[in-house]
Amino acid sequence: MAEYAWPKMSERTLIGKRISRLDGPQKSGGRAKYGSDANPERLLYAAILTSPHSHAKLKSMDFTAAKASPGVTAVVAVTEPGAEVQWEGAILAAVAAETELQARDAIRKIKVDWEILPHLVKDDDVAAAGPSAKPAGEQVQGDPDEAKKSAAFTSSGFYGLPVLTHCCLEPHGQVVQWAGDQITAWPSTQSVSNYAGDLGAQLSVPATAIKVDMDHIGGGFGSKFQSDQWGAFCAQLSKESGGRPVKLFLDRNIELMIAGNRPSHYAKVTVAADASGKLTLWESESWSSGGIGGGNIPPIPYVFTKIPHQRKNHHAIATNNGSQRAWRAPNHPQASYLTCCALDDLAAKMGKDPLELFLSNVDLTTREEAYRRQLGKAAKMIDWSSKWKGRGKNRQGHIARGLGIGINTWGGAGHDSTVKARIHPDGTVEVECGTQDLGVGTRTVMTQVAGETLGLPMDGIRLKIGSNAFPPSGASGGSTTVGAVTSATRIACTDALNLLYEKVSPSLDNTPVENLEARGGRVQVKGNPSKGMSWRDACKKLGVAAVEAQGRNNPRNPRGLNTGGVAGVQMAEVSVDMETGVVSMEKMVAVQDFGLVMNPKTAESQIFGAMIMNICGSLFEERVVDAVTGRMLNAELEFYKLAGAPDIGELVVDMEIDEENDSRGVIGLGEPPTVGGLAAIGNAVTNAIGVRVPMVPLTPRRVLDALSGRNS
Amino acid sequence: MEAFAYANPSSLQEAIASLGSSWDEAAVLAGGTDLISLMKQYVYTPKKVVNIKGIRELKTITGGGDKGFRIGAAVTVDELMKSRTLSAEFPALLLAARGITSPQMRNMGTVGGDLCQRPRCWYYRNGLGLLATGPDGKSLVPGGENQYHAIFGHENRAYFVSASSFGPALVSYDATLKVTSPTGSRDVKAADFFLVPKTADEREVDLKPNEIVTEIVLPSSRGLKSATYEVRQKEAFDWPLVTASVALRISGGKVSEAKVTLGHVAPKPWVSDAAAKALIGQSVNEQTAEAAGAAAAQGASPLSQNAYKVQLVKVAVKRAILVAIG
Repeated sequence: MAEYAWPKMSERTLIGKRISRLDGPQKSGGRAKYGSDANPERLLYAAILTSPHSHAKLKSMDFTAAKASPGVTAVVAVTEPGAEVQWEGAILAAVAAETELQARDAIRKIKVDWEILPHLVKDDDVAAAGPSAKPAGEQVQGDPDEAKKSAAFTSSGFYGLPVLTHCCLEPHGQVVQWAGDQITAWPSTQSVSNYAGDLGAQLSVPATAIKVDMDHIGGGFGSKFQSDQWGAFCAQLSKESGGRPVKLFLDRNIELMIAGNRPSHYAKVTVAADASGKLTLWESESWSSGGIGGGNIPPIPYVFTKIPHQRKNHHAIATNNGSQRAWRAPNHPQASYLTCCALDDLAAKMGKDPLELFLSNVDLTTREEAYRRQLGKAAKMIDWSSKWKGRGKNRQGHIARGLGIGINTWGGAGHDSTVKARIHPDGTVEVECGTQDLGVGTRTVMTQVAGETLGLPMDGIRLKIGSNAFPPSGASGGSTTVGAVTSATRIACTDALNLLYEKVSPSLDNTPVENLEARGGRVQVKGNPSKGMSWRDACKKLGVAAVEAQGRNNPRNPRGLNTGGVAGVQMAEVSVDMETGVVSMEKMVAVQDFGLVMNPKTAESQIFGAMIMNICGSLFEERVVDAVTGRMLNAELEFYKLAGAPDIGELVVDMEIDEENDSRGVIGLGEPPTVGGLAAIGNAVTNAIGVRVPMVPLTPRRVLDALSGRNS
Repeated sequence: MEAFAYANPSSLQEAIASLGSSWDEAAVLAGGTDLISLMKQYVYTPKKVVNIKGIRELKTITGGGDKGFRIGAAVTVDELMKSRTLSAEFPALLLAARGITSPQMRNMGTVGGDLCQRPRCWYYRNGLGLLATGPDGKSLVPGGENQYHAIFGHENRAYFVSASSFGPALVSYDATLKVTSPTGSRDVKAADFFLVPKTADEREVDLKPNEIVTEIVLPSSRGLKSATYEVRQKEAFDWPLVTASVALRISGGKVSEAKVTLGHVAPKPWVSDAAAKALIGQSVNEQTAEAAGAAAAQGASPLSQNAYKVQLVKVAVKRAILVAIG
């Protein structure tokens, strides 16, 4: 039985090292090819007709003029006449033409007849939603009424987070060619291995007839798991255009309307504590919407799940807006915000430092020790003890400063993934996997593991990912990739190495394979490095045939290589201009445990990115829709605001790299650091200005309105 | 974007001859930072685009000291910032330029383009018209999403705000714009150049379809203390929420002349005579600056979501005055 365990921390040469992304130079030099860079010969361009109405019946579409338009090769209906369109931006029809301009011209010649229907696009007022608000049923635990009566301290507040829309740098889309019975797709997808099956199901084409290639993707964040309707109609357009390839990537405005969003969450929360400061009650009336499907109740109370008495009511509001999709840690950022803000307000009511309240209630979480440790570390990193002042008490001139706390939790165990490792007689090594690198360093960490396992440098490994010709690997979502692909790589490379050892053993006095090791570019006898040979010489022993092994991460038996379950704490320091309401980020710290850290550099970078998302969500991002017309007014990146480099402040990360965490194995990192920062910033602003700003983003308008008692 | 004819004249005469008698016939292209996005969104679909970037005489900055300055309309924001004497003598312009925190915008955007750009009103940009009229013929703005809209000068249903960064400063400096047409040139005071349209087909500037802004003429700033203060949410590229540009003449320690112009609060740069009046005869300090700010906010008529802008007016004016006196 081969030994797959990770090498000891002290013996690692590549794993756990700060190695730069292998594709960094390609990306920064503009040489990396994305799906949108695929330009196969005889390429056609598609354009789409979308609904300007948020709720209407599509009575008819007349394609006559569009079909006759110059350069047009095919026109397809995406929504059939008679159907009800439920959101602005819904795709009605698509055209393929020789040039992009011709396709767009043709689209404008399609005549559409509508029957306009009433719409609801606002979700911030549950009462106004009427029958569109569906109750989820009351959940009760313990005796909340009695808990309220006997509470020493009670705090009630309203907190809300609007819909955020996905806005990946590379919009959704693909190039597809359907020639004869073969389809080739160059998509922008988080799921290379599953794309063919998904597209095939839409088109009634066997997955075996679909080839998928994607070297690079410009962001996914949970919004790119499917082949989507645009994958299917692009293929249809290709087929109807005689098998010529067709390119379609969504325009930015449509991308923001229909390519997925993070649902809103609003809640009226009451929390209570006994005289010792122990939480006793959580009561919430929440509502949310991610479009026509409504929105789920978030996991509240978040992390402090053991609050003994709870009552929760929730409404899902169906609105005529583009639909939600997974958005990096679905529902967690919202739940963390609702919970941590309520606790912060309770602490203020008690006249207590919120850090004390959090610390004295960590036993109500499932990872008491982790949160206690992390709260302590984060407090030290942000200098809580000397900087924290009571609400509104840290002011110099018109600048107020404040600190705030947010917490997170996540799973992150590896998904099902298979990796093939092949060692050639010339010493070269190929590692293949049908996974994808979302930009976070998947390529790099797989190469580290392969190199470490085979005792080779990074450039001794030829890693191949991004094709469904390679062994299948799960979709990159839920922080499941790194655990999966590193474990599978470890297993595959270990097994391939053992096959090599078998060939080498006779030349080393038939040393049993378990007594051989590959280190520093050599294959040698353990404990006797002089008895061995160079990697190249060892591989020559293979003769003419390469050896190959396949390794699989089986989520039901990850062999101790990866696991799940993390905790994290973020703290923020902000300054607020009390005269203008402008919030500035001073510093943000994140303490995050996530087991064995494969590459502290890429991991830290991922946490930085997550923290920046938190800054965007707490200060800038918000979908704005007009109630009367049902239109999204900021479906662009000018008034759908995102932080720029000067808006971020100082970011400091502690990844808790130590033997104990390391021994847990690899745990995914994508989601957890996106959670907690919203609350940390919201609480910091409240601490600075002295009053709660109920809704994020914390724009100057909302801050000034809160200060002056206006309701925004 | 719809197909269009393209003219690339090398002289002003040629450029003017290329323009038409209606806005639909031809559009002037300078930096393109506004026009191209309007065309891509089909908000504006001119049949012809006339590029004026190749016209040398529109790209010069001349003057200094008693002569004031003449700035060609096709001078870029970046070029304006790099003109040291201009920047030193007209700090309100420099500070307005600094507010455009996108290097790409500074490199491409021109001074004339800044003055002539269309409003950023999101109703307008979404094809709902300059006056954002709803299905019932009424404006969508007062009961809609108006957090960025006007708090002054919207009596005629023009609720958008002028997007110009330089407009308020030029008004405070009493600049003159030179406008050229096939029949010759005319001078327009910056304050008169900006108009409040009464119909969706009117423009927000005093320009006919066959005219081009060719030059900005700044009188000497000798003896003036001036500044622009912008309230912006983001440090990175972002549109200001409120700006104030002030120009003060101080004699014997007291303000003898004052011009206070607000940006992003009205369909045009909004001159606050009340703020100027509050300053005249006063020495400038925190209290008088604050009083001028309060005066500037008088008469504001905020909409349902933009009462916060009244406060921002007070602060922007106060801070612009304090920056101006250094």
